[in-house]
Amino acid sequence: MEAAYLVIVLAPLIGAIIAGIFGGIIGRSGSHWVTIIGVSISSVLSFFVLARFVWYEEPVFNGSVYTWMVSDGIRFEIGFLVDRLTSLMMATVAFVSLMVHVYTIGYMADDEHNWPRNSLAGRNSYQRFFSYISLFTFSMLMLVMSNNFFQLFFGWEAVGLVSYLLIGFWANRESAVSANLKAFLVNRVGDFGFILGIAAIAVYFNSLDYGEVFAKARDLTDVKIDFIGDVSLITFVCIFLFIGAMGKSAQMPLHVWLPDSMEGPTPISALIHAATMVTAGVFMVARMSPLYELSSTALSFVLIVGASTAFFMGLVGLVQNDIKRVVAYSTLSQLGYMVAALGASAYAAAIFHLMTHAFFKALLFLAAGSVIIAMHHDQDIRNMGGLRRYMPITWVTALIGSLALIAFPGFSGFFSKDAIIEAVGHSHTFGANISWVLLTFGTFVTSLYSFRMYFLVFHGKPRMDDHTRHHLHETPWVVTAPLLALAVPSAFIGWYAVEPLLVDNWLGQSIYVDSHRDALVYLASHWDGQAAFIEHGIYGWPFLFAMSGFILAAIIWWGGQKVIPNIDFKIQKLGGPLTNLLDRKYGFDEFNQRVFASGALNLGRVLWNNGDRVFIDGAMVNGSARVVGWIADHLRWLQSGLLYHYAIAMVLGLVILLTVYMAF
Amino acid sequence: MVALSDYLLLAGVLFIVAITGMFINRKNIIILLMCIELMLLAVNINFVAFSHYSGDVSGQIFVFFVLTVAAAEAAIGLAILIVLFRTRTTINVDDLCALKG
Repeated sequence: MEAAYLVIVLAPLIGAIIAGIFGGIIGRSGSHWVTIIGVSISSVLSFFVLARFVWYEEPVFNGSVYTWMVSDGIRFEIGFLVDRLTSLMMATVAFVSLMVHVYTIGYMADDEHNWPRNSLAGRNSYQRFFSYISLFTFSMLMLVMSNNFFQLFFGWEAVGLVSYLLIGFWANRESAVSANLKAFLVNRVGDFGFILGIAAIAVYFNSLDYGEVFAKARDLTDVKIDFIGDVSLITFVCIFLFIGAMGKSAQMPLHVWLPDSMEGPTPISALIHAATMVTAGVFMVARMSPLYELSSTALSFVLIVGASTAFFMGLVGLVQNDIKRVVAYSTLSQLGYMVAALGASAYAAAIFHLMTHAFFKALLFLAAGSVIIAMHHDQDIRNMGGLRRYMPITWVTALIGSLALIAFPGFSGFFSKDAIIEAVGHSHTFGANISWVLLTFGTFVTSLYSFRMYFLVFHGKPRMDDHTRHHLHETPWVVTAPLLALAVPSAFIGWYAVEPLLVDNWLGQSIYVDSHRDALVYLASHWDGQAAFIEHGIYGWPFLFAMSGFILAAIIWWGGQKVIPNIDFKIQKLGGPLTNLLDRKYGFDEFNQRVFASGALNLGRVLWNNGDRVFIDGAMVNGSARVVGWIADHLRWLQSGLLYHYAIAMVLGLVILLTVYMAF
Repeated sequence: MVALSDYLLLAGVLFIVAITGMFINRKNIIILLMCIELMLLAVNINFVAFSHYSGDVSGQIFVFFVLTVAAAEAAIGLAILIVLFRTRTTINVDDLCALKG
């Protein structure tokens, strides 16, 4: 199997290299074929691996394939740990990536219109885009398949880099360039915490291998380190690793980069900022479950951060008008759900939601992209409306995605999200009560913003200009085929996956849950099949809230419009300061701008002025020159140019030397 | 019998005359050259006197070397002097202070 794992990782890399370096030679179709074939190979093999794990009891593979270096007893290796958790992630990543590759053919078909005429950066942009997304697939697979922290960090940084390249893909747009810079900087903040966590592991565990670290963790539970008071080592490691996850998985307050990253082309919004890269943090915490289970402080921190993100970011989605930004805020909110599940020790539920979310969020993003293509790259939902008549496939698939997102009973999102809320409700971790309230209210918010977007885009009167309306039509098959392919798992995968994942504990040894903290055990012990779970869900609070959100959305943005025109604007006015607060996204951006950006600017100015200009330039460089000049100025009178002066000096010198010689 | 000290005294007087000539002469560069010659001669007297009184001829051989070098030096010095006069039209020592810092 080792060969298969190598092929899974390397096939997209080879595709990326060929499309990236030889893109100009092999042309557009050559590039998309080579990358799609690479990712297809990964996909097929990943599904083969997953099938082996599901049906054939494939043994866990944990081995290194290459040792980069050994330094002070710590081995830096490239190695794979493939168990059930990994195989599930691999299949999800590879499948979504494949769908996005196919979709990109349609979305980027006339990318040259996005570049100025004769722009050098725009040359071969199509090929470059395929190279990037293939490279991203490689990075993400490296991340999930690694068996050590070193490779995890490599994958972590590589997805960050590729996401930087892709957000700023249209480099001639100023907004795209500042968005990718923002994403990179905010991720740096998270990565700083992440690398501190890894460094603490390297110092105290003297190993970077997962297996060795987890085995040693039990013995190190009582170790305290001095960091702003005494902190338990495990808590320190967990919290700092989680800060990395907060950056990558866009949790408050490091979420600010994700909505702005919508500046990139839509396929990568679907691939990176919905389905895969942002789930890296969730996956990482699940992978580190043996560490997190040893620190209830870290778990509480994770839980509260996740639940707050889930609720508050959903609210912001209500006031966004850019179709992609609505979906982006819903991603933030759903990531919050996953992270909250991690905090409640329901790792299986988090991974389950990660998987279902990957499908339905990729679907929603691709549907949004399909709408954007049809609207000639107008992304404002206020200019849409009534699109269901023109784009039936997009309409139906978007509806399926939205229903999955709001956890409508029977759809995949229902099983995962309900399980999360249930698990948080049964958890005894500190902060679980308030988190449960936030998550339950979150379902209301989720369905409100999801269906606000849905009704504004697909129902009501068409609000676009005549020119756009005459050109409205369904997008080509390369766009709709991935939509259909993603709609199937979005609708059904929950039904099939819920029992093995949550009840039968299929992930098994991949994750470790402390038995007295296991929040899913209640769910498992009361399991009566999917139908009973749905029935139980219908009587629960989350469903009630979701339905009221749906009805409210239908009233405000669909039915009510006929009775009271512009009812939505009137309600927004009623909101007053609250709407304003949401419009400004709680002022995170302003705060960062004022405190960190201008703080850094002022610090830089002070250092430049006092440190560089006054001290180094003035005192050190020009100062030493001035001192030399002053000394020379006073010594120059010795050099009179008159011969007899020199002769006197010589004689005097001779006399003095002789006197000294005689005297001593 | 002339004592060694008399020779040394003569040499010293000659040397001091040469140095004084160098100091008080502010005009003519030729006089400077003559002063240098005078210094060398003072040294030569010392050589010969010591050679004679210690019975070693090597000192007198050295005098020949010094004379040769002095002759060469005078030739080169005068040659430079002529070139200098052609370019600057002066041999006034006070005016030749291009090395002044």
